[in-house]
Amino acid sequence: MKLIFEQGASGRSANAQLPPDTNIDDIPAHYLRTTPPVLPEVSEMDTVRHYTRLSQQNFSIDTHFYPLGSCTMKYNPRACNSIALLPGFLARHPFAPATTGQGYLSCLYELQDILAELTGMHAVSLAPMAGAQGEFAGVAMIRAWHLARGDTARTEIIIPDAAHGTNPATAAMCGYTVREIPTDKQGNIDLDELRRVTGPQTAGLMLTNPSTLGVFEQQITEIAAIIHQAGGLLYYDGANLNAILGRIKPGDMGFDVVHINLHKTFATPHGGGGPGAGPVGVSARLQPFLPLPVTVREGEHYRLLDETDRPYSIGRLSANHGNGGVLLRAWAYARMLGEPGMARVAQFATLNANYLMARLDQAGFDIAFPQRRASHEFIVSLKRLKDETGVSAMDFAKRLLDYGFHAPTTYFPMLVPECLLIEPTETEAKTTLDAFVAAMIAVAQEARETPEKVKSAPHTLPVRRLDDVRAARKPDLAWKPQI
Amino acid sequence: MPFIPHTESDIRDMLSAIGAKQIDDLFDEIPSSLHARQAPSLPPALNEMSVIRLAQERASRDPANLNFIGAGGYDHHIPAAIWQLATRGEFYSAYTPYQAEASQGSLQVIYEYQSMMTALTGLDASNASLYDGASALAEAILMAVRAHKTQRRILLPRTVSPLYRRVIATLVAAQGIELVDLPYDPHTGTTVLPAETAPFAALVIPQPNFFGQLEDVDTLTDWAHQQQAHVIALVNPTSLGILKPPGQWGIAGADIATGEGQPLGCPLSNGGPWFGFMTCRQEMIRQMPGRLVGRTLDTENNTGFTLTLQAREQHIRRAKATSNICSNQGLMVVAAALYLSLMGAEGLARVARACHANTQQLVRRLTAIAGVRRVFQGALFHEALLQLDRPVQPVLDALLTYNLVGGLDVSAHYPELGHTLLVCATETRTVDDIHHYAISLQAVLEKGMA
Repeated sequence: MKLIFEQGASGRSANAQLPPDTNIDDIPAHYLRTTPPVLPEVSEMDTVRHYTRLSQQNFSIDTHFYPLGSCTMKYNPRACNSIALLPGFLARHPFAPATTGQGYLSCLYELQDILAELTGMHAVSLAPMAGAQGEFAGVAMIRAWHLARGDTARTEIIIPDAAHGTNPATAAMCGYTVREIPTDKQGNIDLDELRRVTGPQTAGLMLTNPSTLGVFEQQITEIAAIIHQAGGLLYYDGANLNAILGRIKPGDMGFDVVHINLHKTFATPHGGGGPGAGPVGVSARLQPFLPLPVTVREGEHYRLLDETDRPYSIGRLSANHGNGGVLLRAWAYARMLGEPGMARVAQFATLNANYLMARLDQAGFDIAFPQRRASHEFIVSLKRLKDETGVSAMDFAKRLLDYGFHAPTTYFPMLVPECLLIEPTETEAKTTLDAFVAAMIAVAQEARETPEKVKSAPHTLPVRRLDDVRAARKPDLAWKPQI
Repeated sequence: MPFIPHTESDIRDMLSAIGAKQIDDLFDEIPSSLHARQAPSLPPALNEMSVIRLAQERASRDPANLNFIGAGGYDHHIPAAIWQLATRGEFYSAYTPYQAEASQGSLQVIYEYQSMMTALTGLDASNASLYDGASALAEAILMAVRAHKTQRRILLPRTVSPLYRRVIATLVAAQGIELVDLPYDPHTGTTVLPAETAPFAALVIPQPNFFGQLEDVDTLTDWAHQQQAHVIALVNPTSLGILKPPGQWGIAGADIATGEGQPLGCPLSNGGPWFGFMTCRQEMIRQMPGRLVGRTLDTENNTGFTLTLQAREQHIRRAKATSNICSNQGLMVVAAALYLSLMGAEGLARVARACHANTQQLVRRLTAIAGVRRVFQGALFHEALLQLDRPVQPVLDALLTYNLVGGLDVSAHYPELGHTLLVCATETRTVDDIHHYAISLQAVLEKGMA
């Protein structure tokens, strides 16, 4: 589609949006720009039509099944959006006095409590604006705790090789060296190796459980003991919390810090790449270090704690309160599920994953860990198919798009060759899962009969396969006017 | 069961396909000691009617006061089309556009947004957003340090928002970066350069600065470049409708521009979600944090869009990535692209001029009241620092009874300036609004409140 810049005409504008012009003459000329920025010159209808049409070139949960492993693409209830857009919530400035935000703060306070209860943590801060910022806050608290005890010898964070890339990137941002440990054939951590690398230099371990391999780490109690005996702390990456929500608490597994991706587990929208929210929960000993602000109730009044209240806090992650509108959506979701709705999330997410896994297994796909239960997700390896047909996991994924299914996560985790990481979530019906199985079978058959058709997919989308190499070699990152 | 579509017969058939008797069997690999001893204690489930009723009651407790706070978040008009379109399911519920062919809508929006931000800032490349202005500035500092290679010292004027300065301290704490304060001139409220300084990686230049004052960006930029350091411009996007873009500061222009994107179509919404923006020179793009969208061709030579230069990012580079950022603020970027399309250059300039004129008017009216004076001389954009003859907070509390949120008390951040109040009047404040503030403040001060 033409760019918005290439539409419209010189001198055209969305007049109804423009304030009356004001003449100002008191800003000296050397502060001012001499030529206007080159922005679109379009009418309001041009704009609405253009962006409506662009939206129609997207897959989304509202239009397609998204079996995207590790991303928890569940239905985003519309009521949550309506609630976040209520005028009282929407218009308030973050620095207005707390007395003008009691309704908002009461929701935040409840959300903190709900998240603490579900994770088995002592206290929660809603400040982090995404999962990766939650990870940052968590590891920064681990660091602050060690330093507060005068223990400066801890320089390493242990991370399994199957972990999300944000884990090692976060540890590096917090000044730690990453010690990677391998996974065994059952998808569990290699305990001997863990014992070998753990020591007085260990600040902590970052772990996702169930892991990104789609299985529950059964030795978690032993792992926690090894790390704790060495004086380290355990960090829970909540990316896969949906698998155990309402059934198992990370706190009971021995974790000291958790982060929760509200845009996964609590059904807030992904928005094409955010905004997310990544609250952190901690055990009692880490509470003083929580990022600010934290909401407290004093009698009937709610307020935000600041540096005076929490001198040991790791500090602030945003100028304000984090992604407040996202927090409200998560609050609304949590109140709608309540008890017992939360426990059903894990039950039905797990039921859907195991059903899909069983069906694909029966259909002849190679399951990465066939002897294990799936958690809320599982891995199919297409290595055999690729060896036989030359069709890669990427080709397969692109062809699924033609069948109207968003591709599963491909090439992650990197341990399993030609992998598809599949997570259906609890909000999909059996009918949809069955249709997806049929599409998987159809694409596998095409791979054997007409491999070129799969390798050249997609065929029915707004564009064909895009040239990523060209994009990276000669980056074209912005439209510039032709002069 | 809310949002779970399974029928009884679905469940039976699915369990039978799995070979399990009941759903609980699917959790049999989890050690029994870990199963919660008791179900979590949560509030009872509410249906949609009830949760909306509850939310409405709470939202109605948060009164819509007339707001004169800026300090990083600004109460601008938001065209109705923006959020009607941004909350279309195809944008709202889409994932990060890793599958490019299924995400051309989001990708083209981001590419257009990147183009608009480079136009606005006068630099070559823009990323696809960061979390907010404060964390974006922290990322810009880390980027400048990476690009500089030899120095890890950053000059950070005290005229940068104290709220941002706290965030920076948190986010760069563990990376051995030294943050050096630069003082401000007590008459102009603008940054004073040191007579001499140890080598440094970058100078941060806020324009307008936290006090609303305009910095002499050309002199500051040239000075930093003479010291072989980078220049990070911290700018307000509305102001760039009329102010000189960072790419044209001084002889060579700033190297990185960053700031809070909220003024471009995001509601105040208690402080978020907003978004941070970042643009830079071509030479620095491989040091940039966050996602980038590039224009390329498909196998039939049609134009298309894709995420690119991903070797900078955590999912590829892991511990050596430029940042740990993954999710950014994608939906806010849709809003910003819509905002800048609807306003255009002319609209944005008009908004900027109206904000400036209203703030000037507000300052004139308020400083005509006994006990109120403007702290600094010199040009401002759309905020001003006022000094009162008494503690500010009780005055603000009293103004609430007039339905006014009268500004931000910044006395604690700048104790040397006495009782100070930062005020802002955007284009949405009317002559009547400003009049109401002036007579209310006069009444409060005359009553001898506090």
